[in-house]
Amino acid sequence: MSYDPDQLSIPPDGRPLEAAPRWRRDFPIDIPRDEYVARRDFAKFMVLTSFAFAVGQVWIVAENFFRRRAGAPPIRAIARVTDIPVGGSRIFTYPGDEDHAVLIRLAEDRFVAYDQQCTHLLCPVIAQPEAGRLHCPCHNGNFDLETGRVLSGPPERPLPRVTLEVRGGVIYATGVEVRPS
Amino acid sequence: MPAAEPQEFFIDPNRCIGCNACVQACAECDTHRGYSMIQLDYIDRAESTQTVPVVCMHCDSPTCAEVCPADAIKRTGDGVVQSARKPRCIACNNCVLACPFGVPKMNTGMNLMMKCDLCYDRTSVGKKPMCASVCPSQALFFGTRSEIERLRPRSRAVNTFRFGAQTITTRVNMMIPIDAPVDHIDVTAAMYEATVGRSDAGEDSLLAGIFVEEEA
Repeated sequence: MSYDPDQLSIPPDGRPLEAAPRWRRDFPIDIPRDEYVARRDFAKFMVLTSFAFAVGQVWIVAENFFRRRAGAPPIRAIARVTDIPVGGSRIFTYPGDEDHAVLIRLAEDRFVAYDQQCTHLLCPVIAQPEAGRLHCPCHNGNFDLETGRVLSGPPERPLPRVTLEVRGGVIYATGVEVRPS
Repeated sequence: MPAAEPQEFFIDPNRCIGCNACVQACAECDTHRGYSMIQLDYIDRAESTQTVPVVCMHCDSPTCAEVCPADAIKRTGDGVVQSARKPRCIACNNCVLACPFGVPKMNTGMNLMMKCDLCYDRTSVGKKPMCASVCPSQALFFGTRSEIERLRPRSRAVNTFRFGAQTITTRVNMMIPIDAPVDHIDVTAAMYEATVGRSDAGEDSLLAGIFVEEEA
C-alpha cells in the first residue's frame, strides 16, 4: 500500500506512509484517515466485545452460586440496650468486619439499624436522630430515620436495613435486608 | 457535464485598505460564532498604512497539527485545517508557537485553540467565507482560478512558502505581481531585510547579533 486516497497531508520529512513512523499511522492528521476503520479492526472489536459480554454472564452465574453457598449472615450480638440512650446512635460492623452499619435507638423499645454506606457513592452516612434523618455529607443525601428511604439528594435506593432482635437486654443483628428503590 | 472548477481563496495584500470589515464579518460566522478568527496586521505601523489580512493558509503539511501533542487539530478531506477539537485541546500553546504564519490563537477563557477554519459551515456548501464576502477592495477573494486570472491580469497566485529549510504548499493563495521572478515566498527572509523607508536602515537593534552564524 503505497498510495492512500485518504492520506492528504504531507509529513514534514516527505516520507511515504509505509516509511513513516508507527505513531503517524495511528494518529493521522486527516479526518478521513482518522475516521477510517479497517474491516479487520472492526471484526477484532466485535469479537473481543462479544467475548467480554460472554465472560460477564459467566461471572454473574458464578457469583450467584458462591453467594448462595455463603448462606444467611450470622446472628451476632452488637450492643446492650443500656449502652445507647434514647435518640442515640452507635456504629457497629455487620455482617463482615469491614461492613459498617449504624444502630439508632428511636424510642425506649424501638431500635433500627442501617448499612452505613450511602447508596449513591458509598460515603458513610451520619445519623441525625434529632432531625429524623440519616445524612450523607458528600452530596447532601438524606434518608428517613424510620424506614431508611430516600428523603432528598442524589441517592436513588434506600439504605439496606439490618434486621434486629432484642433478647434479654442484648441487641442482635439477624440479617441484612436489601430493598429496591 | 464537466466538474465545476474548485473555489479557492486568494489574498492580495496590495489591495488591502485596512478597513477591518473582514474582522467584523468573521465574528458573525456561525462556524466560530462571536469570535473573529482573522487578524489584520500592520506591516510597519510607524512608517506605513499598509495592512495585510491574515487567515489560515491551510497547509498541506500543517505544522500546528504536527506539533499538537493531544491529536486535537485535524484536516478535513477537502484540505481545510480545523480549529482544535474541544474535548482534546489541552491549551498547551504548541500550535500557537509553531505556526509559521502566526494563525492559531489561544482562547484562554475557553482553554481552546481557535483558528480560521475557512468558514467551514459556509465554504463546504459552496458559499464564500465571511471575510471574502464583505471585503470592499477584494483583497480577500474567494472564487475559481480562471475568475482571478480574468480579474487580475497583472497578478499571479503563489501558494509555496519557505521557512528556512522547510517548504510549505498551502491551499490558500497569495497574489504577487505577474512579473515577479519568484516561485515561492521566503517568509523568514523579511527578518534579515532592512525595514523599508527607515532612515536607520541596515541595522535593526533587536535582531543584531542573533543571526551571526547565518551570515558567516
